Amino acid sequence: MSVDFDRKIHGALANQKQQRAIQNATGKMKAGREAMVAPEILPDYQELRAQANALKKHTIDHLDHYLEEFERNVEAHGGKVIWAKDATEVADFVLSLARDRGAHLIVKSKSMTSEEVDLNERLEHDGLEAVETDLGEYIMQLAGERPFHIVGPALHKDRYDVADVFEKRLGVGRETVIEKQAAIARVRLREKFLAADIGISGANFLVADSGAVVIVENEGNARLTTTAPKIHIAIAGIEKVIPRAQDLAVFLKLLARSATGQALPVYTSFLSGPRRKTEIDGPEEFYVVVLDNGRTRLLPDRAKRQSLYCIRCGACLNTCPVYRRVGGHAFPWVYAGPIGAILTPQFLGTSHEPALPFASSLCGACADVCPVKIDIPRVLLELRSDVRKSEMREQRNRVEKLTFRAFAWIMTHPRVYAMAAPFGVAMMPARLRERFGLGDPPRRSFRDQWRGR
Amino acid sequence: MSRAAVLHRIRTALCRSEGQAILQPPPVRLRVPEVEREQRIANVCRAVEALAGKTHRAAATHGARDFVGAALAGCSAVASNAPFLAECGIGTLPGVRTGFTDEAALRAACTSADVGITSADYVLADTGTLVMLSSPEEARMISLLPPSHIAVVQASRILTGLDELFSVLPHPADVTSSMVMITGPSRTGDIEMTLVRGVHGPGEFTVVVVG
Repeated sequence: MSVDFDRKIHGALANQKQQRAIQNATGKMKAGREAMVAPEILPDYQELRAQANALKKHTIDHLDHYLEEFERNVEAHGGKVIWAKDATEVADFVLSLARDRGAHLIVKSKSMTSEEVDLNERLEHDGLEAVETDLGEYIMQLAGERPFHIVGPALHKDRYDVADVFEKRLGVGRETVIEKQAAIARVRLREKFLAADIGISGANFLVADSGAVVIVENEGNARLTTTAPKIHIAIAGIEKVIPRAQDLAVFLKLLARSATGQALPVYTSFLSGPRRKTEIDGPEEFYVVVLDNGRTRLLPDRAKRQSLYCIRCGACLNTCPVYRRVGGHAFPWVYAGPIGAILTPQFLGTSHEPALPFASSLCGACADVCPVKIDIPRVLLELRSDVRKSEMREQRNRVEKLTFRAFAWIMTHPRVYAMAAPFGVAMMPARLRERFGLGDPPRRSFRDQWRGR
Repeated sequence: MSRAAVLHRIRTALCRSEGQAILQPPPVRLRVPEVEREQRIANVCRAVEALAGKTHRAAATHGARDFVGAALAGCSAVASNAPFLAECGIGTLPGVRTGFTDEAALRAACTSADVGITSADYVLADTGTLVMLSSPEEARMISLLPPSHIAVVQASRILTGLDELFSVLPHPADVTSSMVMITGPSRTGDIEMTLVRGVHGPGEFTVVVVG
C-alpha cells in the first residue's frame, strides 16, 4: 500500500464531520433507490437489469461495429466524431477548435470523462476560461477539489463550507441559507451560459442507430450548456454506445432510479447533431469526442470486460461499507467506490495503487445493486490475482537480475575468474554433472594447460 | 487522427476484423400497457403534483386560455409557435409575446420573461413527463430560460410511458435534433442533499391538460 493511500484513508476515518455527511447523503440515495426498485413499484426490475446487461454485453462485444455506426449517423445529421486515444488528444482538439473559432469562455456540464483527462486545467493553462455549471461541480471547482461522488460531487461539504467558498471565491457576502446559495450560483452561471462560446458536456449514452448523445440531469445546466453556445462538444468514453434509441426505454428506467431514487431525471436530452435548418435555436456545430484513455486495455479479458458496462449511477458507492466510511477523496483516482476500485487499476495499471483491489471486504453489496449486473467482487478477485502475479514476477526478476550481474562481473574480470573457476567446478555436485552429461572435470583446466605450454 | 488506432486496438482486443458481421442484438424490449384515457390523465396529474408541479384540467381550449391568463396575473411571458397554443388563443393574452423565428430576439425575450409557455409533443402518464421535440414550432429555450414553465397539452397526446413513446417514435433523430423529456421543475440536492427547485431551469412547472 502506498503511503499516500494509507494516509488518506486514516485522514478520512478521523474526519467526523465528513463521516456524518457521507452517511447522510449516501443513506438518502440508498433509501431512494430501494423504494423505487421495490417489486410493488417496479415489478419487472430484475428483467430490466437482465436486459440492460445483455444489451451492454452485446454492444461491448461488437464495440467497433457500433462505434462506426454511431459515427456514420452523427455525420448524417451534420455532426462530427473525434476519436481520442488519450487525454492529450482531447485537450488538443478542444484547444484547436477554440483557437480556430476565437472562443474564450467555455461552459461545462458534469462529465466524469473530462475529469479523467483533467481538461479544465489544460484549458486554463492555455488561457481559456472553463466554468463548471452543475451546482456541486461549481462548488468543487471554486474549492479546487475533485468530485467526491459520481452523482453528488460536493456531498461532503455543508452549507457553511459552501458559504466560505462563495465568500472567498465569488466575493459575495456570507450566505448560509442553501436556497440563497443556489440562487447566487444561478445568477452567476446564467451570465456565463449566455456569454459562452462553447458548451462541453459529457454523455450518458451514445445511440448508434440515431447518432445521438443522451444526457440526463436534474438542474437544467446540461440543457443550457447544449443550447446556449454556438458549439456543443460532448466527451464520452467509447463504452457509452448502445445499439438503438428504443433501448433507452430500458436504461432510462434503471439509471435515475439507481442513482437518486427518481423514476426519471428532471431532464433527459436526446441530441442528434447541430440544429436543423428550420429550428430556431440550438448549437450550430456538434462534436462528439469518443475517448479510449485505457478502456481498450480491459477489452481482451472476458471476465474483466464487464467493467465497461457501467452507466455511472453511483448505487455501488452508496451501498459500499468501504466508500461510506472513507469517502471519495481517499480513492486514488477520479472514480471512487467499488466501481473505482475496478476501473482505476485497469485504466491506469495495477501498479498505480496495488492496494486498491484489496480495499474491499468482498461483501457483494455492490453487485446486488448494480443496474447492469456487473460482478464487481469477481473482477476485484481477478485484479487481486493480477497484483500478486506481478509482485511475484518482480521478486523472481530481482533474484535473476542479481545472478546475472554477478556472472557478468566475474566474466569481465579475468583474475577473479581465475580464482573463482576451480570453486565453480568443485561446487557443481556430481549428480548435476551426470545429468548434464559433463563427466568428471579434468584435473587441469584449459587455462592452466595453455599457460604451462 | 486516432480513429484507425482506436478501432485497431478494439478489434485486436475483441478478435474481430474490419467489417465483420455481428450477432443479432437482444430483441427490443417494449411493454405498452392498456390504460384508458381518463386514467392516463389522472396519472399525469398525480405524477406532476408529486414533483411539486401544478396541474389543471380544461375541458376545452377556452378553459385553458382562462387558466393561463389567470396564472400569468400580469407577468410577462413568451409563448412558443405551437399551433395548439394558437388554437387556445394563448398568444393573444396580455403580456404574452409569441411568433419568434429569430434566435437572438427569442433569447432576449426569454431572458427577461417571467414565464415560458409551450405545448408538448407527447406526455408520459406514469412519470408526468413532457416530451418536447425541437422544431420551428417549439424552440428549446422557452421551456428552459424563464423561471416558470407552463405547458398546455392535448389529452390525446398522453402516452402511458417510455415504452409507448419509443414504440410510436422509434427514431427521434429522424424528426428533430433535440428531444428533451421534462419531468418536473429543475432541482438540485447538491448542498447537504437539501432539495432546491429552480437552480438553472424553471423552478415552477405547470401542466394544463385540455380535453
